Amino acid sequence: MTPLDFVLSLTLISVAAGVLGSLIGLGGGVVIVPVLTLLYHVNIRLAIGASIVSVIATSSGAAAAYVRERMTNLRAGMFLEIATTTGAVSGAYLTTLLPTRFLFVFFGIVLAYSSFVTFQRRHVAEPLEVSSDRLANYFNLHGSYYDPFEEREIPYKVVGTKLGLALMYVAGLVSALLGIGSGALKVPAMDGAMHLPMKVSSATSNFMIGVTAAASAGVYFIRGQIDPIIAAPVAVGVLVGATVGARVLGRISSKSVRLVFVVVLVIISVEMLQKGLLP
Amino acid sequence: MTSASHSKSDGPGFDAKGDLTEDGMHQFARHHRQLSREEGVLMEEKIRKVELAISLVLRIGVVVSVVVIAFGLGLMFFHHSAYFSIRGGFSYRELTSQASPFPHSFASLGNSITRLDGQGIVVLGVLILILTPVLRVAVGVLSFIYEKDPPMALVTLYVLVVLIGSFFLAGV
Repeated sequence: MTPLDFVLSLTLISVAAGVLGSLIGLGGGVVIVPVLTLLYHVNIRLAIGASIVSVIATSSGAAAAYVRERMTNLRAGMFLEIATTTGAVSGAYLTTLLPTRFLFVFFGIVLAYSSFVTFQRRHVAEPLEVSSDRLANYFNLHGSYYDPFEEREIPYKVVGTKLGLALMYVAGLVSALLGIGSGALKVPAMDGAMHLPMKVSSATSNFMIGVTAAASAGVYFIRGQIDPIIAAPVAVGVLVGATVGARVLGRISSKSVRLVFVVVLVIISVEMLQKGLLP
Repeated sequence: MTSASHSKSDGPGFDAKGDLTEDGMHQFARHHRQLSREEGVLMEEKIRKVELAISLVLRIGVVVSVVVIAFGLGLMFFHHSAYFSIRGGFSYRELTSQASPFPHSFASLGNSITRLDGQGIVVLGVLILILTPVLRVAVGVLSFIYEKDPPMALVTLYVLVVLIGSFFLAGV
């Protein structure tokens, strides 16, 4: 495979990663890391650097549209960023201490758990109408969005803000450790613990992952983990894909979004566990 | 407890530390419900303005970084025509191995850009991409100050400080 083949094929895969990542709020890193390590045999440290780039690309590309369409809960997202950025900064310093195999196993377990939690909530459709959550009320984190698929405005209330903050801290840690943008934990935290609608969880996760990733990106740049020949096709492809994916989310049902999310998580989780556990 | 807090300069509904008391929370909620329609509309308008500002920042960052990265990638291939070769000889593995050199400090990046080296231009584009979320948080702080929403302004300010701190901690 010549460098030109590499760049072109990686760009196309990145477009797909961008579409998928923006749709389910995972940030594309979840596709990019396995593709680079398993398909192109790129060193995991460089793959994580590229993944951080893809996460920021998905986030900015998709959020530009989601924020304009009011799909994102801006206040909740910005509020929860307190925990994700703090987690990301602490995590960036642990990554050199942990061996690659352990990262794979840990990654696998994290994703398996996320998918289980999300699948359990597949029949829950109606958002909450009241909330006695003090933090959510004080910061007015509740919201409302227009769902083009259901053709109606859907107001919702937020609960479990403290648990949400705790999970977001872990999400930030995981993002810095594995470069997966932590959407895999952010979406279940908002959907499960805080009862945001699935589409809002996905759009808000998309909005947040860029900031989480940016908090550890400086470290990766200095350590030389951001290789231009890998980062360029990934960034361009993912940005194009995310812009396309952002147009799809509104038009499909929440249940479909949730099921796609679960399937992707299970696949990647199995791949990673295999990589970490088998010799 | 609450009666004592009323005499504080912080005003009713707040305790000595300036935190909202349970009583204050109820007052706040009651107050909120009375004006819910007007306040709701006002809040909607405020959020809308912040949303549009942030969406614009993101779009500008995305477009600029794509253009710069694509230009840099073009230069990389233009300067190293061996990259194009169809019949192998130059494998992508040589480029993606850990031994392959590329700029990862500001000094080497500056050098690389002034030489109009493709790798340097790509890294510059990637840095613009990385800075876009930081810029969007900064715009968030300014928007919330402008819309007179102190709690959210403080929240976003904290995020901005941690973000900027993370770059300094990294030794950038």
